[in-house]
Amino acid sequence: MIVGQLLLCFVASALFGVIFNIPRRLLPHSGFVGMSGWAVYTLASRSGADGVAATFLAAFFVAFLSNVFARRYRTPATIFTVSGIIPLVPGGTAFEAMRHVVMNDYNAAISLAAKAFMISGAIAMGLIFSEVVNQLVKRRP
Amino acid sequence: MKERIDEIVEVCLLAGKLMLESGGETYRVEDTMMRIAASFGMPRSHSYVTPTAIIFSIEGTDSTRLLRISDRSTDLAKVAAVNDISRRISRGELTLEEARKELRQVGRAQPGYPLWQQTAAAAAASACFASLIGGMSHFFPSLLSGGMAFWCFEMVHRFVKIRFFAEFFAAFVAGGLVLLMERAGFGGDVGNMMIGSVMPLVPGLAITNAVRDLMAGHLIAGLSRGAEAFLTAFAIGAGMALSLAIR
Repeated sequence: MIVGQLLLCFVASALFGVIFNIPRRLLPHSGFVGMSGWAVYTLASRSGADGVAATFLAAFFVAFLSNVFARRYRTPATIFTVSGIIPLVPGGTAFEAMRHVVMNDYNAAISLAAKAFMISGAIAMGLIFSEVVNQLVKRRP
Repeated sequence: MKERIDEIVEVCLLAGKLMLESGGETYRVEDTMMRIAASFGMPRSHSYVTPTAIIFSIEGTDSTRLLRISDRSTDLAKVAAVNDISRRISRGELTLEEARKELRQVGRAQPGYPLWQQTAAAAAASACFASLIGGMSHFFPSLLSGGMAFWCFEMVHRFVKIRFFAEFFAAFVAGGLVLLMERAGFGGDVGNMMIGSVMPLVPGLAITNAVRDLMAGHLIAGLSRGAEAFLTAFAIGAGMALSLAIR
């Protein structure tokens, strides 16, 4: 079950690389980054972490791995990050929020939208923290 | 001397234009242009880049050049290629003439994946996501609606230059198809299928670039990219909402 999910995530993230036009030889790597991000997210949320915290950890790991690959292959880290964060995007929550707007149930819609917003913010914060760590490591002699 | 400076500026602007048009972060564009100028013996140059324009000038000369960027697309392979050329220039492996030739070659290159391959990838990615969140019964319906949504986005964007409208329309098509399939008794949960189908439209690059630009202190570029990401998300939501509302 988990293996199947990871495999799906790997394939989906690599295919996102095609949509973003990343170099062909780096497609498996972007798939791997997406899969690892999802694995961290699943692990964290299964061990009881809140959705926002789990997303933060996963985004942190995605950016960390992207920076490792970027140094290794001498290419911009964005190439790996873009498809890596896609599985973390709060599609389900955003969808539910929108469905409640259509049903004129604004109270539920706003609380769901706030949750989706927090998760998006967690993705951004994860990327930022990872970049900070990356710069600290780079500066060390 | 004047001609040489003009040529250096031209190469810098060409590199910057290629990067910015292909979806590079603004701080990377500025950095690349200044590095190229420094490698050709102009250590004091200034560049100011926003998502829609490049201003570049070399200190001590009179000319400052402004380049308007009107068309942006996503082609990260080109960003990587220009990045690589700039590295080689910094190491002194390329002369000015060679650099210009290579950059022109990158500019002329076709996107690495033709439209049909991208559409197929979008369809398969949608199917994978829908199965990931909902189970394998969502695979084939999302394959169809996700592929159609992406194809509609590309086609509408080709004729109507308003990106948000194309996204809105594509999300509407995805939602409509999913609802039709549900009525025909084909597929699983409507929500999971819709989320999967609009995944290829999600502004992943805009989010990443917004964060990276804000971190690098490029407030204007970061905020405008953030607005782009937000508007895209809003367009997708509105498209799906419309299809749900007229059900």
